[in-house]
Amino acid sequence: MKLSERLKRWDVLYFFLTNNKFKIGIGILLFFILLSVIGPFFVRYTPYEYAGAQASPPTFDHPLGTSPFGYDLYSQLIVALDGTWLVGLIGGGVATMIGLLIGFFAGYKGGFWDELLMMLTNILLVIPTIALLVIIASFLNSRSVVLESVIIGLTGWPWVARAVRAQTLSLKSREFVNLSKISGAGTLKIIMEDIAPNMLSYVFMVFILQFGGSILAIVGLSFIGLGPTNSVSLGGILQDSVLWNALILGYWWWMIPPGIVITFMVASLYFINMAMDEAFNPRLRST
Amino acid sequence: MARLLDVKEYKVYYQTLKGQIRAVDGVNFFVNADEVFGVAGESGCGKSTLGNSLIYLKAPMRYAGGNVILDGMEISRLPDEIMKKMRFEKISIIPQFAMDAMSPTKKIKNIVVDLVREHDKKMSEKDIIDLAIKRFKMVGLSENVMNMYSIELSGGMKQRVVMVISTLLNPRLLIADEITSALDVSSQKFSVEMLDEFKEKKFVSSVIFITHDISVLYQIADRIMIMYAGHVVEIGNTEDIVSKPLHPYTKLLISSLPKMGVQFSQNRLTGIPGYPPNLLNPPTGCRFYDRCPLRIDPQKCKNEIPPLVEYMPGRYIACWAYTKGNDKNG
Amino acid sequence: MKKYLTRKIIIYLITFFIAASLDWAIPRLMPGNPVSLIVSRFAQASSGSASQASLVTKQMFDYFMQAFQLNIPWWEQYALFWRNIFTGNLGISMYLYPEPVINIILSAVPYDILFLLPSILLSFWVGNRIGAWAARSKKADNILLPTFYILTSVPYFWLGILLVWIFGTLLRVLPMSGAFSYSMTPSFTFAFIFDYLKHWILPFLSLFIVSLGGWAIGMRNMIIYELESNYSRYMGSLGASQRLIRKYSYRNAILPQVTGLALQLGTIVAGAITTEIVFSYPGIGYILFEGIMNKDYPLIQGCFLFIIVGVLLANFVIDILYMFIDPRVRIAYTEG
Repeated sequence: MKLSERLKRWDVLYFFLTNNKFKIGIGILLFFILLSVIGPFFVRYTPYEYAGAQASPPTFDHPLGTSPFGYDLYSQLIVALDGTWLVGLIGGGVATMIGLLIGFFAGYKGGFWDELLMMLTNILLVIPTIALLVIIASFLNSRSVVLESVIIGLTGWPWVARAVRAQTLSLKSREFVNLSKISGAGTLKIIMEDIAPNMLSYVFMVFILQFGGSILAIVGLSFIGLGPTNSVSLGGILQDSVLWNALILGYWWWMIPPGIVITFMVASLYFINMAMDEAFNPRLRST
Repeated sequence: MARLLDVKEYKVYYQTLKGQIRAVDGVNFFVNADEVFGVAGESGCGKSTLGNSLIYLKAPMRYAGGNVILDGMEISRLPDEIMKKMRFEKISIIPQFAMDAMSPTKKIKNIVVDLVREHDKKMSEKDIIDLAIKRFKMVGLSENVMNMYSIELSGGMKQRVVMVISTLLNPRLLIADEITSALDVSSQKFSVEMLDEFKEKKFVSSVIFITHDISVLYQIADRIMIMYAGHVVEIGNTEDIVSKPLHPYTKLLISSLPKMGVQFSQNRLTGIPGYPPNLLNPPTGCRFYDRCPLRIDPQKCKNEIPPLVEYMPGRYIACWAYTKGNDKNG
Repeated sequence: MKKYLTRKIIIYLITFFIAASLDWAIPRLMPGNPVSLIVSRFAQASSGSASQASLVTKQMFDYFMQAFQLNIPWWEQYALFWRNIFTGNLGISMYLYPEPVINIILSAVPYDILFLLPSILLSFWVGNRIGAWAARSKKADNILLPTFYILTSVPYFWLGILLVWIFGTLLRVLPMSGAFSYSMTPSFTFAFIFDYLKHWILPFLSLFIVSLGGWAIGMRNMIIYELESNYSRYMGSLGASQRLIRKYSYRNAILPQVTGLALQLGTIVAGAITTEIVFSYPGIGYILFEGIMNKDYPLIQGCFLFIIVGVLLANFVIDILYMFIDPRVRIAYTEG
C-alpha cells in the first residue's frame, strides 16, 4: 500500500517534468516574472512623463515606442505589470479563500446549509460579474489596485465554491473520513487532517484559474474606464490607445504589446493548470 | 464434444506508466459447445480482464501473446474492422457494469435499434423492435420498457434488459461477467434461470460465467476454472471441483465457503492469510507460493511456474504437487 | 415539468430581486453622498466663474437629490425604486438629457440581439464540434488543445483591436467602427443589409473566436470522459462503430456544456461590452461605456438592470431547453 502510494506520487512528478504543457507554461510564467524583476532596471521614465519623441515606433531609446503624448510605453508596461500580478494574487486569493470556506462548509455539512449556500452561490453565479463590478466601481471615487482586486475576488468566489463543494462531497464519501468519524474526531479535526491535505492540489489548481480570471477581469474593467485611478494598468493602456485613435493612426506598438502580455500571462497559467489536470486525471492525457 | 473456444498461452497486460501489469499471464483452457463454463477467483485474479479482452481488447489492455480460437477461427489479433463483425454476432458479453451499460439520454428502443443496425443494415426498425419485445416478454418485461430511459428502470430490470440486448443476435458464445454480484438473492436466481432458458432456446450456445461466488457456479456451471493472480490453477467438472478440490488454493477457496449461497469477501479471502502478489513484478515461480500451505518442493515452487497439466481425464491442475515425479499428494 | 418551471421561475425572481436591490443599494452604501460625488465632479469639469459654478452646483445638487429621492426615508426610496422598475421608469439620462434612460437602452437592444445571439450560438456549436473532434485524435489534440487555451486567454476586446488593425487599418477591407455607414439609414434594402453585415462581421468574429476556445476545451474533456464510460465500452463490446459511440458520447457531453452556457453568459456579456467599445458598436455595452465616461449614473444603473434581465431571461430559456434534452430532469420532476 505504502509503496504503491509512493510510486503514484513519483508518477505525478515524473509526468510534470516530462509534460510539454507544463514546461511551456512554467517557461512563459518565469519569463514574465523575470520581466517584472529585471524590467524596472531599464525603466528611465515615470509612466506619465514626457519622454521625448511623440508617437514614435519602437527605437533603441524607447523599446516599445511612445504614445502621442510622448509617454514611454515600455515604462508604462513594466509598471502596469506589477499591478497585474497584484490583482491576480489578491483577486485570486480572496476568491479562493471565500469559495474554499463556503464550498467546504456546504459540502461537508450538507442538508440545510448546503441548500442555502448553494442557492446563494448559484444566484451570484447568474448575476454577471461585470455588471456588479461596474456598478460598484463607478460609484467609488478613488479606486486603488488593492481595493479593485478585493472586489474582483469578492465577485469571483461562487465558481470556487461550486468546485470545492463537489470535491468535498467526493472526498467525504471516502473511507478515511468515515474511519475518523467512527473514532470520534470533531468536524474541524476531520477537515484539517483528512480533507484539507487531499484537496491541496485541487485548491491550488482552482487558485491558478482564479488568478488568470482576475487578471482578465481587471483588464476588462480598466478598459471600460473603471480601472485603478492611482496607477497604470494594462487595460488602461489599451483604453488610452483606443480612445486616442491608435487604431486609425496605426500605432500598433501602443495596442499590440499589452494584449500579448495579458494573453500569454493568462495562457501560461492555464497551461500549468491543464498539465496539473492531466497529471491528476490521467484520462485527460492526450496520448 | 466439439470445442467452441480454445485459448492457448493467452496473455493480456495493462499498460501503465510504471510498467506492465500482467493481469492475464499465459492461460490455457477451452470451452465446449453448449456448456456453461464457470470462471472463479478473487477480485484482481484476472478473470474479468480475461472475459473482457476476449471480446473487446481496449487500451490500457494490451495483447501480449497466445491464441484465441473461436469456432475454428483465430480472433486474438483480428483487425478491428473484422472483429467488430464477430462481436455481438458470434461472441457477446453481459458486462459487470450492467447498471450503467446504457446511455442515460437514449430510449432503450433507440439503443437496441442502433446497435443491431451496426450489424444488419437490412433489418427494418420494426423487425428489430418486435424481436426485442418478444425477448423482453420472456424475461418478464413489458413492451413499455422500449420507450423508457435506462434511468427509469430498477437494477434488476436493467440487468434483464442488458441480458436481452446482448443475446439479441444469437451469439455462439456469451460472456457473463459478474452478472449476479450486484443483485439481491431472488434477482440472482432469476438471472441464472433466464440464462439457462436462453441456452435452452439456443439464443446462445455456450456461456463463460465469471464470478467470485462459487456457490452460484455450483447451480449453473458444467465445468469450473479457478484463477489466481493471472494464472489458471485448476479446471474440472463442477461436481469434482466442489466436492474434491485438488489445488491447495482451490481447497482453501472451497473450504472458506461455510454454506451454499454465502459469498466470500470480494476483496480478500478471509480464510487465507496474506495478499495476492503484485502483478507489476510477479514472482518467478508459482504465484500462490507466498500463501501456500503445501509448498511441496519449496525450491521448485518458488522459482518455477507450474504448468497446467491434465492430471486426470478432464481435470487440469497447475501445481508442482500434481506433476509427474512429485505425485505423492493425490 | 410544471414543478421544474415553477422552481426555476422562483429562483430567477429571487435572483432578480437581489440584483436589483444591489443596483439600488450599492450607490447608497458607498462612502459619501453619491449626489455630492456627482456634483463635485461636474463642478470640477465645468468652467466659468466661481459664483456661477456654485449656483450651478446648488441647482444640480437639488436636482439630483430629487432624482435619487435621497430626501425621503430609505424604505420609501426603496419602494419607489420598485414602483419605477415596474412602470419602466429608469430615470432621465444626464448625458443625453432629457432622453429617458429606457428609450436609450431600448434603441440599443436590437443591435445587441443581432450581435450576441449569432456569436454566442455559433461559437457554442462550432466550439463543441471542434472539441469533440479533437478528443482522442492525438495529432489534432496536441495542436488544438493549446490553441484553445490561448484563445480563452485573449481578452475579447483585444482580439477586436487586433482584427480592426489587420482588416481595417492594414488591409482596409472592412469598416472600423459603428453598426452601419453614416450615409445610410436603416432599412430593409440590400445595400443597407450588406453595409450592416460589413460592420457586423468583425465584432462578431472577436466574440465568436474567443468563446470558441472555451467551448472546445470543455467538450474535449467531457467527450474523453464519456468515451471511457461504461456505456461506451458496452457499445464497443457489441461491435458498434466509433462513429456511433462518438454520437452517443456527444449526446451526453453536450448536457454539461449547455449548463455551462448558462453560467458563462455573464463572462460573454462582459466580453461583449468591451468589444462594443472597440468597435463603437451601438449596443448596451457602448451605451454603458458612454454612461461611465460621462458619469451618467441613471444610465449606468439602467444598463445594469437591463443586462441582468437579459442574462436571467437567457438563463431561463436555457433551462427550458435543458428540460427537453435531458430526460433525467423530466423524469425526476414528473415522478417526484
